[in-house]
Amino acid sequence: MHRNPSRPLSPHLTIWKWGPHMLVSILHRVTGSGLAVVGSLALVWWLVAAASGPEAYRTFTDWATSWLGIVIGVGLSWAFFQHTLSGLRHLVMDIGAGFELGANKFWANMTMVGSALLTALFWFLIVGVK
Amino acid sequence: MSMETPIARVRGLGSAKAGAHHWWLERLTSVALLVLFIWLIASILRLPDLSYATVREWLADPLAAVPMLLLVAVTFWHGKMGLQVVIEDYVHEAGSKAFAIALLNFFTIAGAGLALFAILKIAFAVAAPGTPPPAA
Repeated sequence: MHRNPSRPLSPHLTIWKWGPHMLVSILHRVTGSGLAVVGSLALVWWLVAAASGPEAYRTFTDWATSWLGIVIGVGLSWAFFQHTLSGLRHLVMDIGAGFELGANKFWANMTMVGSALLTALFWFLIVGVK
Repeated sequence: MSMETPIARVRGLGSAKAGAHHWWLERLTSVALLVLFIWLIASILRLPDLSYATVREWLADPLAAVPMLLLVAVTFWHGKMGLQVVIEDYVHEAGSKAFAIALLNFFTIAGAGLALFAILKIAFAVAAPGTPPPAA
């Protein structure tokens, strides 16, 4: 808890060559935190607005379809798909699989490719179909 | 005041048998959320639009309201566990940590309470699906 600053730290973030596994690891935490705070608030607002009446719901949809609302909405959907895919990767790694260097790097990259594709597909279906 | 070191106090007592509990619940809730969010995304994509009337009619159906209640409960549970680990990793001062975790618990219970009540209010509304709610 109370570290003596005069004592050396073990080699940490600064000495490792940056790789996709490190990026996906911190993205999992960042997207999870964003979803838990911003995503939760958006979900609560949507449901409470729907329960409160047409005017409250219109206030919500006006915000959600403003440029800021769209940026947050696309951001949240990307964060959701990234967190879901890196979460699935974690479940695989929890059983002790996928630690070989090549496979680990490949699936780390795939979570980011997948989240971008799923976000695009999701909004294509929302905007294209509705 | 005891002169024992902390390790001497706990040595020989065995584990609390709860070391992996938080970790396991994170995984368990994540699998539940995977199923529930696939359901939510499929439901949203199948709705003709996301207008007030459509969403009200959809959530009046028990087969939408109940999964939505579960989704809200598990989402807030999972998010609370995740944010708690983030706080524990980055907030080292005992007082700030206790304060941050207390705040997180308040946020979780207030948010989940509001969302759950909102779903129940729509699901138990007197008006038949599709008709506007009675004026207050």
